[in-house]
Amino acid sequence: MSDDLLRLSGAALAERLAAGDTSSVEATQAHLDQIAAVDGDVHAFLHVDAEGALAQAADVDRRRASGATLHRLAGVPIAVKDVVATAGLPTTAGSRLLAGWVPPYDATLITRLRAAGLPILGKTNMDEFAMGSSTEHSAFGPSHNPWDLDRTPGGSGGGSAAAVAAFEAPLAIGTDTGGSIRQPAAVTGTVGVKPTYGGVSRYGLIALASSLDQAGPVTRTVLDAAMLHELIGGHDPLDSTSIDAPVPALVDAVRDADVRGVRVGVVRELGGEGYQPGVRSRFDEAVGLLADAGAEVVEVSCPHFDYALAAYYLILPSEASSNLARFDAMRYGLRVVPETGAAGGVPSAEDVMLATRAAGFGAEAKRRIILGTYALSSGYYDAYYGSAQKVRTLISRDFEQAFTRVDVLVSPTAPTTAFRLGEKLDDPLAMYLNDVATIPANLAGVPGLSLPSGLAEEDGLPTALQVLAPATADDRLYRVGGALETMLLDRWGGPLLDRAPALTAQPQQVPA
Amino acid sequence: MISYDEALEHFEPVIGLEVHVELGTVSKMFCGCATTFGADPNSQVCPTCLGLPGSLPVMNGKAVESAIRIGLALGCDIAGWCRFARKNYFYPDMPKNFQTSQYDEPIAVEGSTEVVMPDGSTVRVDIERAHMEEDTGKSLHVGGATGRIHGASHSLVDYNRAGIPLVEIVTKPVIGPDSKAPEVARAYVAHLRELLLALGVSDVRMEQGSLRCDANVSLRPRSGGPQQPLGTRTETKNVNSLRSVERAVRHEICRQAEVLLAGGTITQETRHWHEDTGITTPGRSKEQAEDYRYFPEPDLVPVAPSTQWVEHLRQTLPEPPGLRRARLAGEWGFSELEMRDTVGAGALELVESTVASGAAPQAARKWWLSELSRRARAAGLELSELQVSPQQVAELQGLVDAGRVNDTLARQVLDGVLAGEGSPEQVVVARGLEVVSDDAALTEAVDQAIADHPDVAAKVREGKVAASGALIGAVMKQLRGQADAARVRELVLQRLS
Repeated sequence: MSDDLLRLSGAALAERLAAGDTSSVEATQAHLDQIAAVDGDVHAFLHVDAEGALAQAADVDRRRASGATLHRLAGVPIAVKDVVATAGLPTTAGSRLLAGWVPPYDATLITRLRAAGLPILGKTNMDEFAMGSSTEHSAFGPSHNPWDLDRTPGGSGGGSAAAVAAFEAPLAIGTDTGGSIRQPAAVTGTVGVKPTYGGVSRYGLIALASSLDQAGPVTRTVLDAAMLHELIGGHDPLDSTSIDAPVPALVDAVRDADVRGVRVGVVRELGGEGYQPGVRSRFDEAVGLLADAGAEVVEVSCPHFDYALAAYYLILPSEASSNLARFDAMRYGLRVVPETGAAGGVPSAEDVMLATRAAGFGAEAKRRIILGTYALSSGYYDAYYGSAQKVRTLISRDFEQAFTRVDVLVSPTAPTTAFRLGEKLDDPLAMYLNDVATIPANLAGVPGLSLPSGLAEEDGLPTALQVLAPATADDRLYRVGGALETMLLDRWGGPLLDRAPALTAQPQQVPA
Repeated sequence: MISYDEALEHFEPVIGLEVHVELGTVSKMFCGCATTFGADPNSQVCPTCLGLPGSLPVMNGKAVESAIRIGLALGCDIAGWCRFARKNYFYPDMPKNFQTSQYDEPIAVEGSTEVVMPDGSTVRVDIERAHMEEDTGKSLHVGGATGRIHGASHSLVDYNRAGIPLVEIVTKPVIGPDSKAPEVARAYVAHLRELLLALGVSDVRMEQGSLRCDANVSLRPRSGGPQQPLGTRTETKNVNSLRSVERAVRHEICRQAEVLLAGGTITQETRHWHEDTGITTPGRSKEQAEDYRYFPEPDLVPVAPSTQWVEHLRQTLPEPPGLRRARLAGEWGFSELEMRDTVGAGALELVESTVASGAAPQAARKWWLSELSRRARAAGLELSELQVSPQQVAELQGLVDAGRVNDTLARQVLDGVLAGEGSPEQVVVARGLEVVSDDAALTEAVDQAIADHPDVAAKVREGKVAASGALIGAVMKQLRGQADAARVRELVLQRLS
């Protein structure tokens, strides 16, 4: 019974709840039990809020019993990446600097989750301040890939992807600055969507790079992603960059799932060299399925994508160096007071800031803060930040041009399957290359969806395909993603995750 | 130090002024927090103005409107599209460790304004730019001798001020006033105050910091002629009264002249102004200046005021203070001196409202500039803070004009109004202050006085009219001042003729 509840998609669980076949308390408890059983191995969660989740679940059950009209996802539990501010729940962004910090306010998307009655199971692990592609840069230890515990679940949102892949939660929230939703989804066999920039409020997201960050759904099915996306999306007056227009009909697009006549562009620059053979073969097969279903497949070139990674690693660190300046020990978070000040005697505020930041930030955060500080410095601004912005404009133009010829673009989501823990930790450039295919969408603000395309023949690990659409045309992601998912499930004879090895069912210590 | 005259003998001073104006908006620049001055520390804060992780700014439309109106009133071009930037530096009273400010894309550029000097002449000051930014919190350094950070044992930070909207108005170098530079600096700031008050965008109280001034001064040798480049400037920060602006500029001219005459050079630096001693001391030099790493603020969208909106704001600007003064002086028949005194006393609006309520201009001026100014001074209040409205002053003058109270009684009526006893009419009734205008009653009092002072009465009868004063005094005393002295005099002379 319990395992049955865990393997249900969010939509299917919602139907059971609506039909009265199960209760939210029962479903929530089942997921809490699963967390207790497997999270010692997976380490998807930094904080589990059993009490709060069960209280929300009981409230939804009570309201349902009284005949109240509820949101269609009411009572379906969810995990939230620890970069999202949750009132009363610790929010660390994976950093020692914020260990124990409890925000006094909710992010807008949390307000919407709470209002819709989704029990929040807890906060998921991530690379510190979302800087990384493996979750190894978390100050609280790495997460593990449920497909192979010696491998990373990707990053920065490895925790959310691993939680969903390990059936610890049917739904999760991630954030994607350069691929942090899509790349973890790709290497864990789950679905992840980065909405159009401005499509989901950023209010309450601890900012990494303000012009790139976007929150979105992490799920096991395309339909679940659409439902969650519709719930958290839409205009928010608290975010100036939020789009003041209704969210497109995403769930309808999934259910329609008709790709006849849809023009699909395969991006020449995102494939070939540097992409693992198994990733390429699964990608080619998936594109073949789309063509079989009546889509018009063509190859398109986006020549400036080759410069995306370089531009990204100037823009992101520049914005991050400024966004992370507020962590200075003056008002909240870690405070390290040195014995004496730099000038001797009592340490000054500046001494405390220095000591705290030195002790609080991990190596990757420091690397990017230094990079960004340098790129914005007078005399270097034009050559670095300025040039990167020009490249960004060129990448946007590449997208615009491509979308005059095709309705969506497709590429492998990540160049490789999940890599081993520690494999790239000392090689930042190799780590950065994981996001080579996902970064262009962030630079241009266009939406992207990643869904599993199969298992690579050489290692038996999940591979994935991403669909990219023009800004505000997020529905196209779901139309194409929904259709492809249906055909792949047919071919596989069931969800890909059914093929993942069983995790130890030994009860583990519940994370605090 | 050398004298001002000696400094002027060798050098021509050039000044520039940067004025920060705190806008009087109800809420802050980027959040909904209140902006009330003097509230309990850290009682007007929220996640956004505290810079909590995840918080975001949203622009205050009213602040943008005020900035545009200031720009228009200073004759500036208003940008059709402009942005905010982040000015990055670490300081505990700055919650995000960057200030959201306009940098290379200000809302208003290239203006000019005519400053009226105390002698009535005008000086044109060119405006470089006016841009929007947010204020920082306020640090209170405890334990040191002077409230400065040096020697303090700890500091307290109040973030109520963090995020209050500011407009910074920057002049171009003011070349030409020469020896008058200190007076021009003062007159410019006074002019700006008047202009901002007329716009209603700020309460411009320098003592509360809602108008703060940085004064730039440089010197160039007389021998070099007018085509030579400007000298190295210093920027004296936070000169926060009109008098200090003038003093600080004058001091800095003398100080720089002394350095230069001794063969030294001026360091480009910021300087601190010391109100008590009247001197400036070095702050941060250009070499020590921080690299602010400005870049466009990605959390805000660009500001793109529509032409229609800007034109609407232009059409609805108040009359420029100079023109308005000239017009009112003409309408009221005030001399130049009377007008200047009225403006100087901060009574222009009050006199205008009093006249609008029916009082004669000269009468209105007298009330506000003499009796009411005296009372405001005694109470340590601004004229506008007195508990009497222009309408009440006009009503009081109406009572005088109708002969219902005389000057002495009018002052007593004013006492009542200021004490909160109601309108002048109500005070007259309640206190029984009306003059006795019943001739029968007056005649009775006059006869009584004649009877009481037969010797005086005899003198008057003999034609010594001047002696009647004693009789009038007696009548007034008997009626406790509540009589029209002129009418009493008429009656006395009539009875004794």
